[in-house]
Amino acid sequence: MRPFGYAAPATVEQAVGLLAAEGSEALAGGTDLLSLLKDDVERVDRLVALRGVAGLSGIELDGGMLRIGAMTTLQELRDHDGAIAALPALAVAIDGVASPQLREMGTVGGDLLQRPRCWYYRRGFGLLALTEDGRSMVAEGDNRYHAIFPIGQARFVNPSSLAPLLVALGAEAVVHGPAGERRLPVEALYQAPQTAGERENTLAPGELLAGVEANVDASRSAVYEIRQRRSLDWPLMAAAVTLTGSGSRAERARIVLGHAAPTPHVAAAAGDLLSGQELTPETVAAAADAAVEDARPLSGNRYKVQLARTAVRRALGQAAGMEI
Amino acid sequence: MADYSWPEADRRAQIGARPARLDGPVKSTGFAKYPSDQNPRGLLAAKILTCPHAHARIVRIDTSAAEAMAGVRVVHVIQGEGSEIQWAGDEVAAVAAVTEDVARDALRAIQVDYEVLPHFVTEEDRDQAPGAREAGERAEGDPDAAFATAHRTVERTLGMPQMAHMCLEPHGQVCSWDGDELEVDASTQAVSTLAGQFATELGVPASQVRIRTEYMGGGFGSKFSPDRWGIVGAELARKAGAPVKLFLERDQEVTVAGSRPSAFARIRAAADEQGKLVAWDSDSWGSGGLPGTGQTPLPYVFSRLPNRRTRHTSVPTNLAGSRAWRAPNHPQACFLTMAVLDDLADELGLDPIDFLERNLDLTGRPDTYREQLTIAAGMASWKERWQPRGRRRESAVQRGLGVSVHTWGGRGHSSNCDVTVHPDGAVEARIGSQDIGTGTRTIVAQVLAETFGLELHQVRVSLGDNVYPQSGPSGGSSTVGGVTASTRRAAQDALREVLVHVAPRLEAEPEQLVAEGGRVFVDGDSSRGIPWPEAAAQIGGAPISVQGRNPGPGRLISSGVGGVQIAEVEVDTETGVVHVERMIAVQDCGLIINRRLAESQVYGGLIMGVGYALYEEWIPDPVSGRLLNADMEFYKLAGLVDVGSLEVHMMTGPGYDERGVIGLGEPPVISPGAAISNAVANAIGVRVPYLPLTPDRVLDALAGRGGPA
Ligand SMILES: Cc1cc2nc3c(=O)[nH]c(=O)nc-3n(C[C@H](O)[C@H](O)[C@H](O)COP(=O)(O)OP(=O)(O)OC[C@H]3O[C@@H](n4cnc5c(N)ncnc54)[C@H](O)[C@@H]3O)c2cc1C
Ligand code: SF4
Repeated sequence: MRPFGYAAPATVEQAVGLLAAEGSEALAGGTDLLSLLKDDVERVDRLVALRGVAGLSGIELDGGMLRIGAMTTLQELRDHDGAIAALPALAVAIDGVASPQLREMGTVGGDLLQRPRCWYYRRGFGLLALTEDGRSMVAEGDNRYHAIFPIGQARFVNPSSLAPLLVALGAEAVVHGPAGERRLPVEALYQAPQTAGERENTLAPGELLAGVEANVDASRSAVYEIRQRRSLDWPLMAAAVTLTGSGSRAERARIVLGHAAPTPHVAAAAGDLLSGQELTPETVAAAADAAVEDARPLSGNRYKVQLARTAVRRALGQAAGMEI
Repeated sequence: MADYSWPEADRRAQIGARPARLDGPVKSTGFAKYPSDQNPRGLLAAKILTCPHAHARIVRIDTSAAEAMAGVRVVHVIQGEGSEIQWAGDEVAAVAAVTEDVARDALRAIQVDYEVLPHFVTEEDRDQAPGAREAGERAEGDPDAAFATAHRTVERTLGMPQMAHMCLEPHGQVCSWDGDELEVDASTQAVSTLAGQFATELGVPASQVRIRTEYMGGGFGSKFSPDRWGIVGAELARKAGAPVKLFLERDQEVTVAGSRPSAFARIRAAADEQGKLVAWDSDSWGSGGLPGTGQTPLPYVFSRLPNRRTRHTSVPTNLAGSRAWRAPNHPQACFLTMAVLDDLADELGLDPIDFLERNLDLTGRPDTYREQLTIAAGMASWKERWQPRGRRRESAVQRGLGVSVHTWGGRGHSSNCDVTVHPDGAVEARIGSQDIGTGTRTIVAQVLAETFGLELHQVRVSLGDNVYPQSGPSGGSSTVGGVTASTRRAAQDALREVLVHVAPRLEAEPEQLVAEGGRVFVDGDSSRGIPWPEAAAQIGGAPISVQGRNPGPGRLISSGVGGVQIAEVEVDTETGVVHVERMIAVQDCGLIINRRLAESQVYGGLIMGVGYALYEEWIPDPVSGRLLNADMEFYKLAGLVDVGSLEVHMMTGPGYDERGVIGLGEPPVISPGAAISNAVANAIGVRVPYLPLTPDRVLDALAGRGGPA
């Protein structure tokens, strides 16, 4: 492992100051970042440990508002009866991380900001995995687990299980930086890099994610993840849906796909199609088709289009409490 | 000549019993020290720099920066400037340093310039293969005429990719020199043959090389030689003047330390109106990395099929050479054959078990298979539950049943065992074998205890060291036959010597005496006897020591087994996800020494089988030539919740026991791929032509876009 510095700030202000320096990187549970360092995929000059920073962890349920500190571990969130009762889909998303070690160490912030699992990236070919003459290794190589909605040269997928659900809920991210606090939709945390130096998130140097907030009161949500194995495995495809309105009618529907695109993929057309509609097997199937209408699968992942359709249908069925 | 045999069924105390493995407690508590746990004083850690390109020439290599690093003791160039590298992961240089981290850092400081050359890693497409070599065609009978007049014919193109051994304890060893004597704690399947191989490479007499493997964490056929990292480890230790531990990193373990060859084939098979197989034609190809691969034995099991033609093409790729993988070639041959026969049964409108039964005369063991098929079908409630292919319930999730049969040899290898009886009654065996996790230590103890009429805790077994008498490498399911035969012969001889001393005391002839239940007594009159310690005391002051050998006289072992497996699966037709609900295995292996351990071998085979049927494959990158899943994240092994319910039935009793001991390690891993593929075809109505049965392949088959060209 290459040598690096380590800082353990106690306050958000100190952390932000430390993170502003070139080559600094936030360390949460380390389940992802430390592997990246060991494998020499990422290099840092200094890790800024958030573990001791006051005010970054904890869960609050206030009326319909759920606030989760970024340093809350996945297991703490899973064990919070109030949060799970208010948003049962959280349990599905967290249980998918089917390793107690990862749930105990991994944090909500780390889950949201974990780096892509793309096997080209993880072998040191970079997030865009371009050859010296600018060809895409992903497009020409083995892309069975890659995006069906590539964005420019970015063909990896966002791996977070929490992100699609939070995006579907319209959750807000609370970010602290040199200029103080800013709030943005969780959706806006993500971007598709288009040059080799760019990241897949929009945090500026010195910024850290302090937590997320979502109104969980007025909606029904569901997460449906498709995995090959029942034991610890990544989803091949995931769908999160949020429905407002009651009974079989959806006032508004938000449908978000995970493992489909370099960012959590908002299937806007599919959501619009259902909004104001009765949920029936037919409307749900139409929404599922609409969700993948503009999919552009790569040479080896056409099957993921079918998986996306299935995940959307099943997530909608669960959210609406109906057999689909 | 003395007679060597197993006791009659009613006189067996140990053989066929189910004692737990003797090393279970030390293994489960962590007290067992595996080779990779050995940390002698002054130990250095070594790591190997590998080539990132699948085909390249080394233009320049500069180790000076690594040599200058603090904590680095030795830098050793394995392949120097000008060397041509033929696979990614091949070894280029090695470093011994004070810690693993320093060694890894030093590897990064070694500068290597490569001239990158074109590579080929995707052998499915043999037409693109630069070095494909066709083996001659073999034919028997008149296949063309038989196909022309056959009642039903199926033609399929099927295949399974290369996969890794994925040993949990990676390949490697700790090497320690004392002057020009070398000690190696090796994770090996071959303690008795390794010394000679180390000695030749290192230029020391084999008598000065000691190999120890008390416990080892998995080999599956990939750990028979010192390998380059073994020799390099010994060289580093010699240069450093300190012990050196060199175990492969996980990515190296997956990439270079063992893979099973791929197998693809275009096959035609035909049957007549009675459902009898009449013709076979197969054109197969496959790769075992750079060396290509030999012919898969087709048609498998039904090898007496009358009119057949086989061709094979070996396809070399820029990947590390394959190694023997549990039942070499058989899982591939089994899948290719049983899938085609299953499709033919469907074409004929026959229940596949009925179809197999109609053709058992084409196999080497018709009676065994008939009996096993009946038992397996009963366990699965096949008659009541099997339905022809196709959708049968209004659900995305469909269920199916599939069957397969397999065969294996399993004759005991050459083995020598020293048995010593001490005047105080202590009994011990020393044998240059190894317990690779199968329970060898326990079964040798059972044979000793059985022969001397003692309990397991009263005998001692020493193995895993080449100072003990030579015993063969653990491969080919040959260990159980080898070590039980050599141990039994030595033990029977040693006991006879003891009885000669005891006879006068009991006023009987030695031949009248037996050792059972902790006593020596006159057969038929147990009152005329003495406890074992007293009997042993009759031998005088010096122990009796006898060597037993295999092969040798008597009918203790034989070879040739059959097995039948049935898989029951659930397939989600909207996701392509396959889950194995249940595996049934019916297996014979002659006389069983330890029922529990025998069943455990079958469970292990089934678990490994579910792994390669559903999940495991090497994924080489056509662009970079590197493996994309040389890790445990995307190289997927079956977890406990993935394997379903496993049910094992061992054939025992008359017809089986009198055949003597036969090996079992390999046969149970042969059928799962075929049985599971057949169950999936039964569930969804179409053949998924490729293993592993991943969602993309299942969905493709359902959409009518079947598999390889
Ligand atoms: C085999 C396997 C299977 C897995 N399956 C799943 C799965 O199904 N679903 C899933 O969601 N996850 C899965 N995971 C990933 C696991 O959930 C993540 O590793 C974990 O959530 C990361 O959290 P962490 O706290 O350890 O993050 P770290 O490793 O500490 O950090 C990850 C990244 O986020 C940044 N970061 C973390 N916190 C902050 C913050 N507050 N502000 C700014 N930046 C921050 C770090 O700088 C780093 O770049 C799997 C992992 C493995 C190894
Ligand atoms: S095998 Fe055990 S020690 Fe190793 S990573 Fe998994 S849980 Fe941790």
